[in-house]
Formats: sequence, C-alpha cells, structure tokens
Amino acid sequence: MASSSTEAGSHCNHAASVPGGTEAVGPLREQVIEALHSVYDPELDEPITKLRFITSCDVTADGDVDLLLRLPTPQCAPNFAFLMGADARRVVNRVPGVRTVTVAFEDHYTGDEINLALGRGAGFTGAFPGETEDDDLEALRELFSRKALVARQARICESLLQEGATADEVTAKTVGELPDSPLTRRCLELRASLGISSAEDAPAFVLASGEPLISDQLPRWLRMARLVQTSLEANGGICRSLLQVRHDLATEPEESAA
Amino acid sequence: MYEKDGKKYFVVDSHLHMWSAGPDNWVKGAEQYAKGWIDCFHAYQGLGPPDTHWPIEKFMSYTHDDFEKDVFEDGGVDVGIFQSTYLKEWYSEGFNTIEQNAKLFDKHQDKLILNGRWDPRDGDAGLKQLEEDAKKYNIQGVKLYTAEWNNGSRGWTLADEQCKPFYEKCKELGIKNLHVHKGPTIWPLDKDAFDVKDVDHAATDNTELNFIVEHVGLPRIEDFCFMATQEPNVYAGLSVVVGGLMYARPKFFAKVMGELLFWVGEDKMLFGSDYGIWEPKWQIDGFLGWDFPSDEYSDYPRLNEEGKRKILGLNAAKLYGIKVPEGMGVDSSDPPARPDDAELVDSATA
Repeated sequence: MASSSTEAGSHCNHAASVPGGTEAVGPLREQVIEALHSVYDPELDEPITKLRFITSCDVTADGDVDLLLRLPTPQCAPNFAFLMGADARRVVNRVPGVRTVTVAFEDHYTGDEINLALGRGAGFTGAFPGETEDDDLEALRELFSRKALVARQARICESLLQEGATADEVTAKTVGELPDSPLTRRCLELRASLGISSAEDAPAFVLASGEPLISDQLPRWLRMARLVQTSLEANGGICRSLLQVRHDLATEPEESAA
Repeated sequence: MYEKDGKKYFVVDSHLHMWSAGPDNWVKGAEQYAKGWIDCFHAYQGLGPPDTHWPIEKFMSYTHDDFEKDVFEDGGVDVGIFQSTYLKEWYSEGFNTIEQNAKLFDKHQDKLILNGRWDPRDGDAGLKQLEEDAKKYNIQGVKLYTAEWNNGSRGWTLADEQCKPFYEKCKELGIKNLHVHKGPTIWPLDKDAFDVKDVDHAATDNTELNFIVEHVGLPRIEDFCFMATQEPNVYAGLSVVVGGLMYARPKFFAKVMGELLFWVGEDKMLFGSDYGIWEPKWQIDGFLGWDFPSDEYSDYPRLNEEGKRKILGLNAAKLYGIKVPEGMGVDSSDPPARPDDAELVDSATA
C-alpha cells in the first residue's frame, strides 16, 4: 500500500483527492465515493468515510472498482467488519457504470475469510462455515439500529426542549414537524430499516420498540438515551484514536457523532 | 501511597499484568494472531500521553525492574492485583499466566495479590487446577475471559450450564471476586460478544460472589450500567476508561464518568491501570486532579476527594479484605454520589 493513499478516507468529501483515479474516471469515482457515504459502521452509527476506514478506492475507465478498507485494530469484530464490507460492495455495485467491485480489508485477523467470502458474494456463513448460522446478521444489525435511533432521536428532542418546548409539545410532534436536518434524515432511514413508520403524521419520537413516546416517559427516556449516546460516542472515540495512532493520521477535533 | 499536593492517597491498582509477548513466545502457525494482539495493545498505549509511550520491543517484553519502578516507585501503588490472561493458542508459554505473575508475586507478597482464572470448558481438570492454584497462591479472585479460544471453541458465557460447578468451587475455596473481561469481539461471531446479560444472570444466581466487569463493558457501557444498577454485587472496573479516554478524549471521559457515577455510583467503581498497557502514575495523578470540565455536565453527580479515595483504593480494599492504614480511609457517614432514581431502569430498553 502506497503511503500516499492512507489519507483517502478522510478526504472522501473531495473525491478528486482520493488517489487511484484518472481524469476520465473522475465523475464515476465521485459517484462511488458518494455512495460510500451511505455505508455506516453499524456499531458506531457513523459513515465509514467519516471514520477514515477507507484506505484506497481505485476505479478504472472500464468501471472496475477496487476498494481497500481498514479498521482501527486487527482484532475488530469480524461481524461488523463483514457488514461494512458487504454494504460497501452492495452500494458501489448499484452505481451506474460500475462493472465489477472488489472489496478487501487490510490487516485484519479474519481478513482472509472475510475477503474471500465478499469476493464470492457469499454471506457471513460462507466466511465462517460452522461458526455461525446467521447469514445476513440481521439481528445484530437491528439491535444496533435501535440503539442508534434512540441516541439520535434524543438529540433532536433535547434541542427542541432547549428551544423551550414542553414535554407534551415534544411528544405530540409528528415526523412531518421535525426540522429537516441530517440528524432527522438519519433517524428516518433507521426507522425505515426497522419497519417503523416514517409517514408525515407518524409520531416523531418513539421508544426503541417503535411504540410512541408519551410525555410521562420523557425524563427517563432522555436519561437512558443520553447514556446510549455516550456509549456510542466513547466507543467511536476510542476507535478513532486507535486508527489514528496505528496509521499515524492527523488529529481530528474531539467531536460527537453527527 | 501516592502523594499529591501534600495529601496522601491509598492506592489499590485492581488491574495489572506482567506479560510475555515477544516473538520467542509466539505459537508456530499463529504468529499473526500473537503479533496482532500485542500490536493492538500497543496501539492502546498510544492513547496515553506521548512521554509514557514505549517502543514495541520493550512493550512486548518489559521486565520486573520496569514493573517495580512504574507501579510501586513512580505510581505509588500500595497493593496491586494481578489479572492472569492465558491465550495459549497464540502464546506458547501463555501471555500472562499465573506462573509468570507468581515470579513477581514471590518477591512482593505484601504488595501484590494474585488472581487466578478458570475456563468452564476445561471441566473437571479445570476444577482441579483451580483448587491447586487456590492453595498455592491463596487466591481470592479470578479473571474470566469469555472470548478466549479453546480447542476450536471461540468463547463461552457466564450463563453456561458448565460454569455452575466453578461458581460452587469458588464459594468453597473463598474466591469471591470474579473479574470479567468482555471482549474483544471474537466470539460469538454472529451475536454481540460484549453482551453483559450473562453477567446479570450469574450475579443474580450467585449473590455471595462479586462480579467486577472490567472496562465497564466498553463498548456497551449502557448495557453494563442498566445491569449494574439492578445487581448489588456487580462492580465497574475502570481500566481502559481512565487509560483510554482521560487523556485522548477528555470530553467523552467526563461523560462516561458522569454516567458511571449516576448509574453505578462511586462505591462500586474500581481503579485499574491495566499496566503494562499504561503506566499508573499519569492515570492516578490525572484522576486526582480531574473534575468535570464545564457546566455542560452539571446534572451528573459530583466526585469529591472522598469519592476519589474510594475509587482509587478503598472500594477494592473492601472486596479483597486489604487493611487500610490509619487515617487513609474516609468517613462513610457522607452519602455517596448515587441518585435515588437509578433503579428506574427496569424497562430501560423497552
């Protein structure tokens, strides 16, 4: 791996600066990178581009995409790694003009198993035969989507309360009344993935189970949601720090998941 | 004693290692795992202040002299508790076995406590070994490492039926402190290996045993907190929380501390440096000087000097029956920083 490509992930907002492309394929690469913004680390609920998990992204004039991913440590969870790899492969495949996609993890203790399975388009069972019966890891994904939804809704809720809304006003809000922001859009994506209605007149705030939040529950729900958020942020903070130390990356400002 | 600003503090470091992780100890054919493991630990050291970083060569094979200087002399640690970690599938002689720890223990029996380990998958042989270790080293605690590989199995849980004879054996032998390490996520592959439900289960069934969850279930602090609130015999081991966050991510450290003080309380939190990942000195010094950085954290319980004394040593001293020198304790008539409503979490995840 060329050292010049190690910063690729952090520059994904500026696709032209990701090494490996030529001018002719520039627009296609931009679309590929754009698609990769929609791949989230399910555990941290942040895009892999923002987490700097992309080592390099090469696109040829024929539309062959070669994506190299990295994780904070060689011992990072194989299940989450697999989900990110499979998701990346799926979204890049959907980009018009892409012919083939190769996704591989570098420097991971189950990298060989995961890369081979991703290459064959096999599920998680294909990567670890005999060690799992859960091919698409849906239960794991769902568990973390619920956590992420709780944490993100609470942030919207807290800002509404700070602006002076009462508990009754907040819990009476509908999806259509939520501010149009990246936070709201991510909440709606998570709701959709969990089968929770995102209709304009659906309740804006729901429990992890999908039931509407009622105003009596608000203080306790917020306390709990803040803990979930702290857990996600602290976890993400450690992941970022480890990746930074191992790859000698420039320091990012301390931030919360956005 | 650790001395800061003219005051003395009694320190029990509840999480120490004396490991051997150099290439001479790597199992043939598993070198990549052995190397990956210690590289990973070394990256964690990088989260501490730069002047405390070691070169990888030293990190793999630090010496008794290093330990004595870093822990006792510079760190002012009064009593240290060794946690054993075997990982024999990757390290020929084990990563950090009771025998390795015992060599140092023999030199400093007044300052070190040796914890053993068990693995339910070892069955009767494991029970026999535990009995022998307990006699030989006067063991009061064990480190349980549920993610460890063993003959093709990639892990176990505390709720497994095969653990029951081990809990009974612990009670019989007077081993009352079970330090549980959650993770790294090696197994079960298709679930959440940091899940702490198994601790909940075991703690409910074995109320005479104490369960210290190392690294507070990081990265699942929320699950740990909900569980610890409801189980009086579950404690928070702060290793990695202090070492991994206090310097590198001070805002997150403040939030995590605030949540732990709220949900778990200062009477059930135990300091641990996780040496040799991080040296104790900067952690103890920073922790004593620490406070919430701004008003943003005003609805978390405060942590005063007494609370710090408890976390740094007195709580662990209670669990291990360590005698605290005259004048080093706290007046326990003050109410601890524990909120009244922390039990309101029965339906927390509903």
